[in-house]
Amino acid sequence: MREKSDCLVITFQTTTAALHWEDTAKEKGISGRLIPIPQEITAGCGLAWKMPVSEKETVQPLLQALTYDMLHEMWL
Amino acid sequence: MIDLNVAATSARKPETVAKAVYDAILHMGNAGRGHDATSLDTTRMIYQTRKKLTTLFDVESPENVVFTANATQGLNIAICGLLQTDDHVITTCMEHNSVLRPLYQKEKDGVEISFVGCDAKGVLQYEQFSLRLQKNTKMVVCTHASNVTGNLNDIAKIGAFCKQNGLLFVVDASQTAGVFPISMQKMQIDVLCFTGHKCLMGPQGTGGLCVAKAVEIPSFYTGGTGVQSFSKTQPETYPEHLEAGTLNGHGIAGLSAALDFIEKTGLDTIQQQEHARMMQFYNGIKDIPQIEMYGDLEAKQRAAMITCNIKGVSSDKFCDILAQEYNIAVRGGVHCAPLLHQALGTAKQGAVRFSFGYFVTEAEVEMAIVAVKQIVEALT
Repeated sequence: MREKSDCLVITFQTTTAALHWEDTAKEKGISGRLIPIPQEITAGCGLAWKMPVSEKETVQPLLQALTYDMLHEMWL
Repeated sequence: MIDLNVAATSARKPETVAKAVYDAILHMGNAGRGHDATSLDTTRMIYQTRKKLTTLFDVESPENVVFTANATQGLNIAICGLLQTDDHVITTCMEHNSVLRPLYQKEKDGVEISFVGCDAKGVLQYEQFSLRLQKNTKMVVCTHASNVTGNLNDIAKIGAFCKQNGLLFVVDASQTAGVFPISMQKMQIDVLCFTGHKCLMGPQGTGGLCVAKAVEIPSFYTGGTGVQSFSKTQPETYPEHLEAGTLNGHGIAGLSAALDFIEKTGLDTIQQQEHARMMQFYNGIKDIPQIEMYGDLEAKQRAAMITCNIKGVSSDKFCDILAQEYNIAVRGGVHCAPLLHQALGTAKQGAVRFSFGYFVTEAEVEMAIVAVKQIVEALT
């Protein structure tokens, strides 16, 4: 089992938007990966992006150009 | 078989398309319905295919590429979704039934239709667009190229007319996507409908519509999307707004490989080669006195097809002999385009369409020329 840590979780309105972000993140060398949306955020289904909270300031300007939904700081 | 029927479907595909579908059948998960490696890889493949189509058609964003089963479904979604009672729509006599029948269906709900006509060569009479304009005109829906004559319509010109008059512009690119450059943004297209299995060289059951960001089309059908599951309505954002249920992932994998092939080969190369084969055939039969040809054959650019008849011979008979005695695939009849055949005076006889895809060889065209000469000699 992985150890829990402070994480930044980005949610999106569509699967396509999540994949658009994954592409951007890879291109810009941003760490993280796609995960199922945690139930603490919303019950349901879909993809979210999990990454270290320490990189929040790096990703915020990049996200402005995309159709993301919300940023969440969580212990995951 | 000699396939001269690419306007119906590309019977020959790049081998990479077949391999992509084969691999997908064996391994593919369901896009957006799982977080394991196979599901995520499928989700990624579908997203990458949207990106390739975004580049090919100059769409605003990959989110605005919606997958459907074919161009017909895309045209139904756009036409039936955007037109309401008391709206007026302008279309042309060149349209396929995939445009005409949704329009006739809306006519029953109180939508008014006007048609722009063609001249004797089947060339669109552009000056008629402004004459057809009414206060309640909402949309122009038009094909990029006739599936009967191959005549190309000046989409940029019609797009400019639509922009000037605040009209929605819906384009049927069934005969051009994958051969001719299409820019949704430069040509001011609001909805572009395409099929994957003709000039795009992908599998049947693939296609879609690309929608400008500012255009809101109501959901055509509703269901699972893999997101917002507790919402009672379809998500408001594209593409999920117009996509319900599992996509044709296996087919889209093939389409993705086909788009790679087209990108690598280049639209110019494909267009020039198809045009050369068409001209070879045209030059081989144009001096046969019993042959009647249709369309603007002097146009510099046209979809690669030659449609013709043997005087006094029904098109079905001509087709049948080509198929049975020469193993040549063509398309006879009226090509689901009743209005154009009425305009050309071929509603009863129909016509035989020879269409030339990228994989047709010079030798095959030569065999088709010989076949036509022999059939003419035997029947007249």
